[in-house]
Amino acid sequence: MAETLWPIAFSAASRQNMVKISIITDCLSLKYVPAFTLLVFLGPLGAGLIGTILPAFGYFPALGAEDFSLLSWRYLLDYPALPEALHLTLLSGFVATALSLSLAIAFTAAWQGRPSFNRVRKLLAPILAIPHSALAIGFAFLLAPSGWIARLFSPGVTGWDTPPDIAIIHDPFAVSLILGLVIKETPYLLLMIIAACDQGQARQRLVLAQTLGYSPVAAWIKAVLPLIYRQIRLPIYAVLAFSLSVVDVALVLGPTAPPTLPVLIVRWFNDPDLSYRALASTAAAFQLVIVVLSILVWYLLEQLMAQIFRHWLSNGQRSCAERTISFLSRSFFQILGGVFCGSLLVIAIWSFTRRWRYPDAFPSEWSIQSWQNNLDTLLLSSSTTLIVGSISALIAVILSVACLENEKRRGKTAGSGALWLLYLPLMIPQVSFLFGTQVIAIKLDIDGSWLALIWSHLLFVLPYVFLSLAEPYRFQDNRFVNIAHCLGASPWRAFWKVRLPMLLRPLLFALAIGFAVSVAQYLPTLFAGGGRFMTLTTEAVNLSASGNRRIISVYALLQGLFPLLAFSAAIGFSNFTFRHRKALSQS
Amino acid sequence: MNTHQRPGAAQAPEPLILKDLTLSLFRAGVNRTLFNKFDLEIQPGEITTIMGPSGCGKSSLLSFISGTLAKDFTVDGRVCLGQRDITDSPPEQRHIGMLFQEDLLFPHLSVGENLGFGIPAVVRQKTDRKMLIEQALEEAGLSGFADQDPATLSGGQRARVAVMRTLLSRPSALLLDEPFSKLDSALRERFRTFVFDHARAHNLPTLLVTHDPEDARSAEGVILNMPFV
Repeated sequence: MAETLWPIAFSAASRQNMVKISIITDCLSLKYVPAFTLLVFLGPLGAGLIGTILPAFGYFPALGAEDFSLLSWRYLLDYPALPEALHLTLLSGFVATALSLSLAIAFTAAWQGRPSFNRVRKLLAPILAIPHSALAIGFAFLLAPSGWIARLFSPGVTGWDTPPDIAIIHDPFAVSLILGLVIKETPYLLLMIIAACDQGQARQRLVLAQTLGYSPVAAWIKAVLPLIYRQIRLPIYAVLAFSLSVVDVALVLGPTAPPTLPVLIVRWFNDPDLSYRALASTAAAFQLVIVVLSILVWYLLEQLMAQIFRHWLSNGQRSCAERTISFLSRSFFQILGGVFCGSLLVIAIWSFTRRWRYPDAFPSEWSIQSWQNNLDTLLLSSSTTLIVGSISALIAVILSVACLENEKRRGKTAGSGALWLLYLPLMIPQVSFLFGTQVIAIKLDIDGSWLALIWSHLLFVLPYVFLSLAEPYRFQDNRFVNIAHCLGASPWRAFWKVRLPMLLRPLLFALAIGFAVSVAQYLPTLFAGGGRFMTLTTEAVNLSASGNRRIISVYALLQGLFPLLAFSAAIGFSNFTFRHRKALSQS
Repeated sequence: MNTHQRPGAAQAPEPLILKDLTLSLFRAGVNRTLFNKFDLEIQPGEITTIMGPSGCGKSSLLSFISGTLAKDFTVDGRVCLGQRDITDSPPEQRHIGMLFQEDLLFPHLSVGENLGFGIPAVVRQKTDRKMLIEQALEEAGLSGFADQDPATLSGGQRARVAVMRTLLSRPSALLLDEPFSKLDSALRERFRTFVFDHARAHNLPTLLVTHDPEDARSAEGVILNMPFV
């Protein structure tokens, strides 16, 4: 019986001393992590904004301008193409966001809980993992007059022997830009909606509404949407800000004469004539104003809609265009899936093409020439991508874990204010502060260094990593760690042996997300890298104007493959580790 | 030689003593007092039961004793093991074993590794540690289960592993937070006997909180009814 259990006598004195020391160091270091993280994160942002806005008002000592003036604002507002560029920016930003949101809402409302919804849910991670620009390139190769779809139907259906001279891609109405954005943003918003539904009482509300006789779409829109909208508000603003400020996708798909405002700004920043810098800074500040005002307008529209539909919510009508919404939303997601797979496929095909005459449906000659001929630059840009991606993701995970662990130990959760701070770099247009950070990096003599490059990526990697880790971390049952303490484990030991291993899956997933976000960065690499670094994304986007589809495809394909591999590795590794641990094995 | 000697309680087993305990919860702007000037002494080998409805603060009391109380409580009073005041010690230095309603076996470790987690690091030799694990498994009627995934065990088996894990950590006292309430009635009685027998055999001062009068009766000790305030 129990008497036989303890044959070994020992003393616990040494153990106690060790424990004391580690507690002291723990508390000292962890306490300052949130402040440090904010500094790392908001420091460059704030400094960058100042560094952009000051030149906008004529203060730019590096170019010998030290007098404040509004001169460059006059130049900007007199710039002939400005109204059209602004119009295109607002059009594409608002339409893409509204369309993505409507589709995500419609699809959730109509198909939640059904098999097709779960199929789409599984597709979300890979779609989100692939950089915007890679998808945009594939999209262009699919839809252009000389694209794959036209080839498949020519000359049979269309009668075209040569590509028709119509601007489908780069169209002056920004339709292809809008569609390119919608492909990526709808899945993102869908994911946010799903996450919000999992948290609240969405399920109970839905069931309740249905037992009151409401059809699925009406039940969801009337009973669940008002509840979760608050939770998806910040992601929506981020999407709106992103759509208004996007550069890489606009370069690949957007109108050209004139382009959208952010593209114009980057062009001015890169102009060899330095006098354009002042104009660029002014426009960058202007872009910030546009985005802030747009978010404000969106907020007012939200309030207006809430007022208008208030009566509709309780008018007792129990269905809401059920069939139309089901049909339309499902069709869209089928098309989305098709376009997604088609885009990847077409860049894969092009990268191995030697000869593909119009209007053949497939290449007539294949080769690995495009890969071989560019091997050096491919290796170089791949390794830069890999290094920056892994290091920034790793730093982001470490900082996030430290902040979250600090929360756990202090027993307090950061409020909604912190959430706003976190979303800040996602809402402030990149063009509006990256130039300023470049100026500061030059002052600190770190421009074009790995430090500057990784740091600038971190600004965008950190929010996504933190957001993906926060929920599993905060919801982990504290009693596991408490019981580890009661069993004699020090805070460190409980952290390393219980907390982290149990969170292995979300940790690896967060790493993969961070890596994917870093791979996708275009402007930060351009600005902070000082032109000295090339990644797969900068190469793919810069080449996209060249028209050499074979080479562009090689870069775009790798650009898409890297994040996909990271996600597969994350899932594969956790599945392997937990292959004999049933409670942790389901993904 | 006394095989019962536990390292946390350097000498012979000592009573668990609560002195003048006031415990209140400040949440949503309201201050609620759960215990007011509460005193309690439990002798080694004795099982004291606190009965009360859910939400009356039973579990908070146990968290306070084990040192894992959430930060939104305010506490006044002392916890002692014999002469030793442990009120300000971190939980890992208190050596207070705790069992919950759920077994809380670590899902990422095997059954054997879970038990190993409980054994203090001063048992250095691998063979010694292994022997302790084997003995514990045997006592729980689970010989040969060391490499199993805890998720593949039945509820009763998991509960027994949790008990053995706690005992292997050589606690100076045992706190039971309704550990029987999730088991069905047949299993429940057997498991209850298993836990109580071990608590007595190790001469541990034991505090049980429950809302089941049957649990209280079979503990054969002092029964206190909440709320006291």
